[in-house]
Amino acid sequence: MSEAKVLEIKDLHKSFKSGFLGKKIKILKGISLEVKQGEIFGYLGPNGAGKTSTLKCILGLIFPDKGRINIFGFDHLSTKAKQKIGFLPENPYFYDYLTASEFLNFYSQLFQKQKTENIDDLLKLVGIEKSGNTQLRKFSKGMLQRLALAQTLLNDPELVLLDEPLGGLDPIGRKEIRDIILKLKQKGKTVFLSSHILQDIEMICDRVAVLVNGEVINQGRLEDLVSQEILFTEMTVSQINPRELEKFGKTLTQYGNRSLIKIYDPDKVQEILQIIDEKKGKVHSLVPRTQTLEDIFVGMVKQK
Amino acid sequence: MKIRAVAFNTFKEAIRDRVLYLLLFFAAASLIFSRILALLTVGDKTKIIMDAGLASISLFGVLMAILMGTGLVYKEIDKKTVYTLLSKPINRLQFLLGKFFGLMTTLFIMLGVMSLIFIIILLLHSGQITWKFFVSIAFIYLELGLITSVALLFSCFSTPILSSIFSLSFYLIGHLSWGIETLIKKMKPGVTKFLTQVVYTLLPDLENFNFKTEVVHNLPIPPKIFLFSFFYGIIYTFFILVLSMLVFRRRDFI
Repeated sequence: MSEAKVLEIKDLHKSFKSGFLGKKIKILKGISLEVKQGEIFGYLGPNGAGKTSTLKCILGLIFPDKGRINIFGFDHLSTKAKQKIGFLPENPYFYDYLTASEFLNFYSQLFQKQKTENIDDLLKLVGIEKSGNTQLRKFSKGMLQRLALAQTLLNDPELVLLDEPLGGLDPIGRKEIRDIILKLKQKGKTVFLSSHILQDIEMICDRVAVLVNGEVINQGRLEDLVSQEILFTEMTVSQINPRELEKFGKTLTQYGNRSLIKIYDPDKVQEILQIIDEKKGKVHSLVPRTQTLEDIFVGMVKQK
Repeated sequence: MKIRAVAFNTFKEAIRDRVLYLLLFFAAASLIFSRILALLTVGDKTKIIMDAGLASISLFGVLMAILMGTGLVYKEIDKKTVYTLLSKPINRLQFLLGKFFGLMTTLFIMLGVMSLIFIIILLLHSGQITWKFFVSIAFIYLELGLITSVALLFSCFSTPILSSIFSLSFYLIGHLSWGIETLIKKMKPGVTKFLTQVVYTLLPDLENFNFKTEVVHNLPIPPKIFLFSFFYGIIYTFFILVLSMLVFRRRDFI
C-alpha cells in the first residue's frame, strides 16, 4: 500500500452560535488525521460526535474557525481537489422532479466531460438500471441510497467520502454496498467511511479514528486497536448435567436440555470437551470471543 | 458550462411546477378580461385593452418571479440537495448565477406566452400592433430580472414566505418611490433635502421600467430615458447579485 496522503486534516476547529444570545457551541475541537492512499478509513463516533460536521468542513459546506484541510495536496475547496472526490451524504435528498438518468446527466455536466462514467453503467452497478426513466419522487429510500452512491461514483473519484452509507438499507442492500466499497479499494481508491455502526467499520475498514465530543480520542490500524486475545469461550452443550462443568466456568442460560456455558480460561476448553465426550454429552456450538471494536469503542466513550 | 447545467436544471424545476401553470392560467384569464373590460368602458377600447393587458403581464410576471425566485436557494438548502451539488467542482457564484439565469429563462418563455396571448387578443380587436409594445415588454423583462435578483438575495438567508413579503415590499416601494422625487423638487435646499435625496437614490425606482403610458397613448420615447432605464436595470440587478454572493459566499449549511 502506498503511503501517499490523500486527505490531511490539521487542527480543525468549528463552533456554532446557538440561542438568542449567540452562545458558542464547540462542535470540533482540534481534529487532526491523515488518510492514506488505497485504504478504507473508518470515522467512528456516537451520534452528535461531529462526524458529519467534519465531512461538511472537508466539502466546504461549512467553514472551519481554524485548521487546514488538504486533499491530494490541494486546498479542499479548490476545483482540482473536488474533481477527485465523490460524496455520499447521510439520508440523501435529490431533485424529485428529475428522473434518475436526468439527475446523473445534470451532475455529470459539473465535471470535465471526458472524466465522467457512463450513466447506464453506473445505474447497472448500483442495481437500478430499470429505473433510469422514473422520477425520483417515486423512488423508495433504498433506491435513493443506491442512486446516491451512483452520483458519488460519477467522476470515478480517487477519494470517496461516505456518511453512514449503509443506513436505511435492507440486509441484501447492505451487503451489495459493502461489496461495492471493497471493489473500490481493490481498484486502488481511497474510502473515508463515517459511521456509528461498528459492524460496518469492523468488517471493511483498515484504519479507524474514534471521535467523541468533537475530539479524536484514538486512531490507528484495526488490528492494533483490537486485541486478538481470546477473552472467553461460549459453549452450548446438552445431555450432560451443567453442574459437572461449573468448576470451569459459569452457566449463563438453560433452555430445554441445552445449556450455555461461559468458559474464562481458554486452556480448559480441551479438558471440558474430553469430559463431555466421556459422559456421552453433545456439543452444539463452541464460540471463542475476542475483543471487538464495540468493546473498545464503549470503553473509550465511557472513559471520555 | 456549469452555470448552464444549473440554469437548465432550475428551468426544468420551474416548468414542472404546477404553480407556474396556475399563474399562467390566471394571467391568460386576466388578459381575456381586458378585452371584456374594453366592451364595458366608454372611450378608446384599444387603449383600455393595452393598458389592462400590459398591467396584467407585468403583475403576473412579477408574481412568477417572486413566488419561484424566493424558493430558488432556500429549497436547495432545505431539501439538502445543495450538499451533493456543492460537493462537486462548482463554486457558489456559479451556483447562484445558474439559479438566476434558470429562472430568467423560464420568465422569458412565460413572458413570451403571455405576450402572444395578448397580441392575438389585440390583433383580433384592432388588427394592429406597434413596435413600442415590444419595447414595453422588454422593459418588463428587465424589471423581472431585478425582482428575481432581489428574490434570490432574500432566498439566500430567509424562508420563502418572508422572502416573498420582502420582495413584494421591494416591488411596491419601487413603484411608489417616484413620489419622493416629486417631493424633493418641492423641498428647500438643506440637510432634509439632502437626506431625502440619499433615501431616494438608495430606494429602487421601478417606474423607470414602466413604458405603458408611452405605448398606450403612442407617445415618443426619448432615447436618453430609454438608455437610462436600460443601464439602471442592468447595474441595479448586478449590484443585487453581488450582494447575494456576499451573503451566500460564507454561509454554513448546518
